[in-house]
Amino acid sequence: MTIANFLLAAAAFVLLMVAIGLARILYGPADVDRILSVQLLGSGGVAVLLLLSVAVKLPPIMDVALMLGLLATFVSVAFLRDTASSTSESATEDR
Amino acid sequence: MRLVLDIITVVLVSAGGFFFLAGTIGLLRFPDTLTRLHALTKVDNLGLGLIVFGLLPQVESRLDALKLTTIWLLVQMSGAIVSQLIAQATRRSGRQT
Repeated sequence: MTIANFLLAAAAFVLLMVAIGLARILYGPADVDRILSVQLLGSGGVAVLLLLSVAVKLPPIMDVALMLGLLATFVSVAFLRDTASSTSESATEDR
Repeated sequence: MRLVLDIITVVLVSAGGFFFLAGTIGLLRFPDTLTRLHALTKVDNLGLGLIVFGLLPQVESRLDALKLTTIWLLVQMSGAIVSQLIAQATRRSGRQT
């Protein structure tokens, strides 16, 4: 088994784990729990892309991983900004 | 030398994969949001970190190694910030299970 095959197998394993973790989106119960699952998809996707990039010796895939990491951050920040502003309208707490 | 580097890669990437397994189980099995967040941050920090460190011996050019490390640092920073924001949102919306 070459090291490239091992890295591909590791990428498939991480992808499987992320896919199982997505079940949390179904079960919820709060929207925050669903965003946790999306966050797992973000960091797991970065790991899968980096493993693929080294396994097939195609360095540009690292740029894709970089973009995915950046976008996963923005998803969570945008979502949480929305929930924070909607819940603090009734609360008197200042931010 | 090649063999030693390959063994380092296999050990570190396997350890990272184990943390992804642990994080997924934690995300599905833990009882409330804050403990699930705890499981998720373990994946962000240790899982991705170990996989990146395991990949470092395999890249050819130094620029690619630098890029790997930079991507890891970016995900690390965003993970830290997002986990704080999630915890804050959870506390603000009351004790949700």
